[in-house]
Amino acid sequence: MAASAMVGASGFGNWARLAAQQSLTQDQLLQFDTFGNVSLIHITDIHGQLKPIYFREPSVNLGIGAANGQMPHITGADFRKAYGIADGSPSAYALTYDDFSALAQGYGRVGGLDRVSTVINSIRADRPDALLLDGGDTWHGSYTCHRTQGQDMVNVMNALKPDAMTFHWEFTLGSERVNQIVEELPFVALGQNIFDAEWDEPAELFKPYKFYETGGVKVAVIGQAFPYMPIANPGWMFPEYSFGIRDENMQKMVDEVRAKGAECVVVLSHNGFDVDKKMAGVVSGIDVILSGHTHDALPEPVLVGQTVIVASGSNGKFVSRVDLDIRDGKMMGYKHKLIPIFADVIAPDATITKLIDDQRAPYKADLEEVIGHTDDDSLLYRRGNFNGTWDDLICDALLSEREADIAMSPGVRWGPSILPGQAITREDIFNVTSMSYGAAYRTEMTGEFIHVILEDVADNLFNPDPYYQQGGDMVRVGGLGYRIDVTKPQGERITEMTLLKTGELIDASKTYNVAGWASVNEGTEGPQIWDVVEDHIKKLGTVSTSTNTSVQVVGA
Amino acid sequence: MEFSRRDTLALGLGAAVVTVLPFSVNAAADDVIATFTGGADMADSGIELTAPEIAENGNTVPVAVSAPGASAIILIATGNPTPGVAQFNFGPLAASQSASTRIRLAGTQDVVAIAQMADGSFAKAIATVKVTIGGCGG
Repeated sequence: MAASAMVGASGFGNWARLAAQQSLTQDQLLQFDTFGNVSLIHITDIHGQLKPIYFREPSVNLGIGAANGQMPHITGADFRKAYGIADGSPSAYALTYDDFSALAQGYGRVGGLDRVSTVINSIRADRPDALLLDGGDTWHGSYTCHRTQGQDMVNVMNALKPDAMTFHWEFTLGSERVNQIVEELPFVALGQNIFDAEWDEPAELFKPYKFYETGGVKVAVIGQAFPYMPIANPGWMFPEYSFGIRDENMQKMVDEVRAKGAECVVVLSHNGFDVDKKMAGVVSGIDVILSGHTHDALPEPVLVGQTVIVASGSNGKFVSRVDLDIRDGKMMGYKHKLIPIFADVIAPDATITKLIDDQRAPYKADLEEVIGHTDDDSLLYRRGNFNGTWDDLICDALLSEREADIAMSPGVRWGPSILPGQAITREDIFNVTSMSYGAAYRTEMTGEFIHVILEDVADNLFNPDPYYQQGGDMVRVGGLGYRIDVTKPQGERITEMTLLKTGELIDASKTYNVAGWASVNEGTEGPQIWDVVEDHIKKLGTVSTSTNTSVQVVGA
Repeated sequence: MEFSRRDTLALGLGAAVVTVLPFSVNAAADDVIATFTGGADMADSGIELTAPEIAENGNTVPVAVSAPGASAIILIATGNPTPGVAQFNFGPLAASQSASTRIRLAGTQDVVAIAQMADGSFAKAIATVKVTIGGCGG
């Protein structure tokens, strides 16, 4: 942190210390000495979670090349050590994975947009013109969101009064629905990289940036939507749109807003953390990047040159507050706090609770129906570069319900956790499966093609150049074991692919029955994945997880 | 490897199977470059090539080239069976020496643009464009 007189501080130390004292209160979580003249409130990747949930952070989050050992690619004890977090503290529970089941009993659920509202109201009480910026992946991820095509989230978010938003999974509602919602939004939809696919020109409905006058400062917020939407998600659902990183256009927009008098430039991004880090080094003139997509929650911002990058987690679990001191068109300092939304500590905003319950009321019986239980030793979670226990359960469901040799499940990063001994409701199943392209297909693939798929997905995650990464995690597999050397180039990472039911190596020329879901191809047929998983859990009654040793990771 | 149309459509993560072969290079690309430059050295600056890092559709990848002061620019897809894609010639009255088009890429590869400047010198820019089956963004 450098040449200028810029000073930075993070409020993290405060709640780490309080955490150690086991005396967390709402006032302490919200404590913040208002700083400078501009306040930003960042929330991102809510994935439809209106209500408090449990969410376990990853144990494996590998960084490749220059990212190796750098934030956010540190987990567990190393993460706690880096930030001075005491074992067993609320911060350990919020930010790391160890002892999750035990700590969850004590600290309870996290998130809930009614609690988030309380936090936002408190910040606005300090600084009435604080900007609330939504990083996207908001209108996706739950039963009610699926049934209402995002309307539940739109209704509740509108009540929180955001100032701007950018996008990713929203587009999987289909462009017609997205356009319809965006046209009626009471705030601006941003994305400098959202282009008209036919003409390769900026899309009319989405603005590249917007100016705000706040604290006497002219702030420009530039949007950056997820760059690889038509690749990572079904492009046929939104054929009119093209995306990409387009960092040359980002530079153009930064130069344009500076020329128009912007004293502070904020990028509301859905790039993913490593892509934002690289972009901050390529594009000059950005003060703050509010980073989304890769679901990282960092208690302190990461600095690249003079650019501050803030990562605010996912599933409604965190809100970031960033106060800036802008003088003479320069950022002289910042103060930051990642606020964990402990649902039992932060009081819900009753008007938002009612609004949320109104959205859920028509579906209440369906949502709450208990399908099965976890046993007393089994935690269901997803996050991590390789299989989580939720994914193992989904793959088992595909193998048994679809009578397949091998199952594949997408390496998405959304989906709350279920504690040991907890009821699994229909809502819980939708929380980890719901999407607009959830058909569970069954098909034949040769061993060679299965290898091509694993190599392709691995390169999207482990390519050393972040601009070639799509975010997300490795495709989850059932019935199949393999060895992966993450340091190798594409085509050489995956070896020793083994069909688990026979213990034999996969034969490149042999054909296997493969079941999976979330195909990006139009016309995919099969039952919806949530029905497949529900049938499976119903038959099991009680779900037991076991340690999955079928993927051997080397080079990490 | 062979896949029926039905298999391909049903794949969980798949688009056109032929597009996911590892990084490809065609030796013929060097011939195209040699023919254009006559083996002359090429500068790293003076030409800008804009291409997506990952293609949204390998069958139609938008690329743009710009080289102020160039008399001609060639565009080469180094991994395609026929690497030569286009040559743009600019007359002395051309308002700008830039062009954009869409190209088809057989797989992940380097796209190369070479400009011949008015003084006869050459400049080169390279962009790696990845063609992927995708499908797992989180």
